[in-house]
Amino acid sequence: MTLPVSLDEAVAALTAMPAAVPVAGGTDLMAAVNAGLLRPAALVGLGRINEIRGWQYQDGHALLGAGLTHARMGRPDFAALIPALAAAARAAGPPQIRNAGTLGGNIATAAPTGDALPVLAALEAILVIVGPGGSQREIPVSHLLAGREMLRPGELIGFVRVPLLHAPQVFLKATGRTGPGRAVASVGLVLDPARRGVRCAIGAVAPMPLRPLEAEQWVASLIDWDGDRSLAPEALEAFGEYVAAACVPDQGEPVSSGVLHLRRTVAVLARRALGRALTS
Amino acid sequence: MSGQDAATATTAVTTVGAAAEGEPPTSPRMRGIGASVPSADVRAKTEGTFPYAADLWAEGLLWAAVLRSPHAHARILSIDTSAAAEMPGVRAVITHADVPGATTHGRRIADRPVFAHDVVRHHGEPIAAVAADHPDTARLAAAAITVEYELLDAVTDPEQSFGAAPLHPDGNLIRHIPLRYGDPEATGEVVVEGLYRIGRQDPAPIGAEAGLAVPRPDGGVEIYTASTDPHTDRDLAAACFGLDPDRVRVVVTGVPGATADREDPAFQLPLGLLALRTGCPVKLAATREESFLGHAHRHPTLLRYRHHADAEGRLVKVEAQILMDAGAYADSSAESLAAAVAFACGPYIVPHAFVEGWAVRTNNPPSGHVRGEGAMQVCAAYEGQMDKLAAALGIDGAEVRMRNVLSTGDLLPTGQTVTCPAPVAELLRSVRDFPLPSLPKDTPEEEWLLPGGPEGAGEPGAVRRGVGYGVGMVHMLGAEGADEVSTATVKVVGGTATVICAAVDTGQGFATLARQIVQEVLGVDEVAMAPVDTDQPPAGPSAHGRHTWVSGGAVERAAKMVRTQLLQPMAHKLGMSTELLQIQDGRITSYDGAFSTTVAEAIEGKELWATAQCRPHPTEPLGADGQGDAFVGLAFCAIRAVVDVDIELGSVRVVELAVAQDVGRILNPRQLEARIEAGVTQGVGAALTENLRSVAGLVRHPDLTGYALPTSLDAPAVRIVRLVEERDVVAPFGAKAASAVPVVTTPAAIASAVRAATGRPVNRIPIRPSAAVAVPNS
Repeated sequence: MTLPVSLDEAVAALTAMPAAVPVAGGTDLMAAVNAGLLRPAALVGLGRINEIRGWQYQDGHALLGAGLTHARMGRPDFAALIPALAAAARAAGPPQIRNAGTLGGNIATAAPTGDALPVLAALEAILVIVGPGGSQREIPVSHLLAGREMLRPGELIGFVRVPLLHAPQVFLKATGRTGPGRAVASVGLVLDPARRGVRCAIGAVAPMPLRPLEAEQWVASLIDWDGDRSLAPEALEAFGEYVAAACVPDQGEPVSSGVLHLRRTVAVLARRALGRALTS
Repeated sequence: MSGQDAATATTAVTTVGAAAEGEPPTSPRMRGIGASVPSADVRAKTEGTFPYAADLWAEGLLWAAVLRSPHAHARILSIDTSAAAEMPGVRAVITHADVPGATTHGRRIADRPVFAHDVVRHHGEPIAAVAADHPDTARLAAAAITVEYELLDAVTDPEQSFGAAPLHPDGNLIRHIPLRYGDPEATGEVVVEGLYRIGRQDPAPIGAEAGLAVPRPDGGVEIYTASTDPHTDRDLAAACFGLDPDRVRVVVTGVPGATADREDPAFQLPLGLLALRTGCPVKLAATREESFLGHAHRHPTLLRYRHHADAEGRLVKVEAQILMDAGAYADSSAESLAAAVAFACGPYIVPHAFVEGWAVRTNNPPSGHVRGEGAMQVCAAYEGQMDKLAAALGIDGAEVRMRNVLSTGDLLPTGQTVTCPAPVAELLRSVRDFPLPSLPKDTPEEEWLLPGGPEGAGEPGAVRRGVGYGVGMVHMLGAEGADEVSTATVKVVGGTATVICAAVDTGQGFATLARQIVQEVLGVDEVAMAPVDTDQPPAGPSAHGRHTWVSGGAVERAAKMVRTQLLQPMAHKLGMSTELLQIQDGRITSYDGAFSTTVAEAIEGKELWATAQCRPHPTEPLGADGQGDAFVGLAFCAIRAVVDVDIELGSVRVVELAVAQDVGRILNPRQLEARIEAGVTQGVGAALTENLRSVAGLVRHPDLTGYALPTSLDAPAVRIVRLVEERDVVAPFGAKAASAVPVVTTPAAIASAVRAATGRPVNRIPIRPSAAVAVPNS
């Protein structure tokens, strides 16, 4: 286990030991180790790299360090900047997990139920990847989650760039219980008044967050962006149905009751999320 | 609070903040019966210094690993252990061929192979075991054992088991009870029918199974483990090891809580066999996955009911069919089925009952003793029927129950007369009349936890509140002729009393009760519990609330014998009988007050020993028609559940459970409340989230993320509104067991409340969100 204090050192350590596995909060990695699924030859701990544990502003965007913990993102100062990401962070498991688990780890694990992922997808976040020799490249978060682009040897997720939209954002998740649990379905929804857009992503129903693009465009065209932005309940309802139909396919005939319940859940989440975003 | 105060007071506690009330633990009155004596190990457990079985260590120990079946049903064509045996660091590899004694075992019927050799019958069944000098080596070696399988069709639907080819030489039917009581032609004016399914609850002990086996110089072996029934485990192990029982010693070490048969014997057998084979101490600590695969679960059950009632809602006849999925081996399924059939009508007067019960083999995960087994499954069903009856008659759910409640002197459908206190009406009245929790709109200043949790998607406009009732019953002690006996020794040496009794405190608090009993009888403050091992006389399993009764009774008798030994010389000197001397507040006083001394002085320099047994009145097996006096005692409970349901998402939050329970007598108020709160919470898990899923017999998600235990946010406010103290005259101290009956009743009450909130039938436990979705205003 090595404990570098800068991104460059971490990349150098990973390059020197190609078999080493980077570890941040360890909430997913250590579970795999304990279950005997993974026995890393070496670990590169990212917990001491201060440059990725905070955030900075960059021409209308926030550059979030990949080492930000869920607990940190859940605090009010962060919530004022990116409310949906803060809500997702607060919903991401019990306090022990939130204290350790990080934004970058959530992306790297890319679990279907990762709570931050639908919000990042809705925000169209860009990942800043650092690599050997001080190289840096940028890829959209959805490309990494879809496997269109992969991390190369020695590369790390350094930062996550998200736009500061100064408009309501909502994250909602259904778990089937009151205590912290894995999402059955989740939704991240953001309003972008400057571009007159509604962006929405559904998590946990597929291997990666799904964007119902047509539903987004349709509902954005209904909104009076210069007025009070409110929509009739029927329009909210229709948006929910539209999103659910796009994100939860039939999977053969007859449609199983499980699929119907999931579709209904997604419809309710999308409807509530849009309703809350438009009234707040 | 003394026992007398507790009898008259209405106790209302909530889970939150209860610990802040009451007397401090150093109070001089904290001793004897009726006091809230804290558990002796509570400090070590909270500080993390309590040695659990997983902490065991011996010099030069080897680590064991078990190879388990990845299939639910397969024929084993060959087992090749050569690659594993040749790995550096591996000291022994054992299979079926290496079992020197009996090759099958079982707590009730010896039908389970120590290691599968011809057929594997469930996912996770042990096939071989390895001892090595490092845990990783042991696991790798176990994985290196090559087993050739021929896959067989897995029988996973218990209804298919009747017609399927035998899964076991003993056949697929483990037990069939056709209970017939009354007139089969009787009919009622109102008939309601229902089909209910109960899922597979896992006892999910937070400390997974662990143990250490140490070979003895005499060729025997000592097994250190968190057993709940050490003598049975010893006898099973000795039979499989081919040793006399006195050459095997089971030592009970830190039990991390148990609500079931804590350790599967199948866990201790490889340990002992490997220790005997290698001559070294061997340790085995199960992974969470192994724990889920290996130990017994609650029987998944399918229930069909038809209730007949007259126009006033009084029950006329109950017809029921109960099908319990026993998994591949019999274990305690016959007993669970007896409880299910006997209590199939619930604590209600039923003139005519026709109940058929079957326990059948499948290739699903094994089922066995989990507290409230049998009784819990039928409670969810018969209470569902009572709700249907209330709806059909247009009367209130509590009212229809009240019109049918059982009381002392009534008959069970087994023909047994209820001779113990049965204050069912009083329990139900207490929870019904307890004020309902306020609605959020009435208390806007309080934060409202919506279904779905603090960061969930709950929306107040979609939330409906429901109120429902559950009334349940369980039997106490082993049933159907089981020889219920316990032996205890009390000694007083050097001013300290010690209790030697092989009754394992699994967290149910027996050790504390035993100390209180001795304090009460002898007036000594310092009472220690000797560690439990099988060199002591047997006390039987920690199950069915036995130990409060039989072991508590044995401790009391032994303590009274010591008391006589202590007082006899004094009484003789004073020329009076010992009955005229009394022990109170640490003093021995004669009836006239003329003689007085302290207990401490009286026992100074003395060594007093006494051993006694307690054996309650015998029971008889249920006959061919399900009739017989099968149970020693019964305990009852009524719960009113208040739930909030987000009817669009189907998420349920249990707001409050009001509990009234028949406890006989309160021996330790704090401990009793804790037992009830714990039982209720386990019931909340069974009602909403706990279900170990299997697909084609293969267990899905055997981990604590996939198997959702209730957290503090899921646990409701538990209000113990009434503890009815009607002493059971045949029980020692008149006390009834308290842990199981809240588990039995809670799921039924919650299902009833969700029915009220949603209008949906809710006939499946646990309640899935899709079953709690409702169309608004329909």
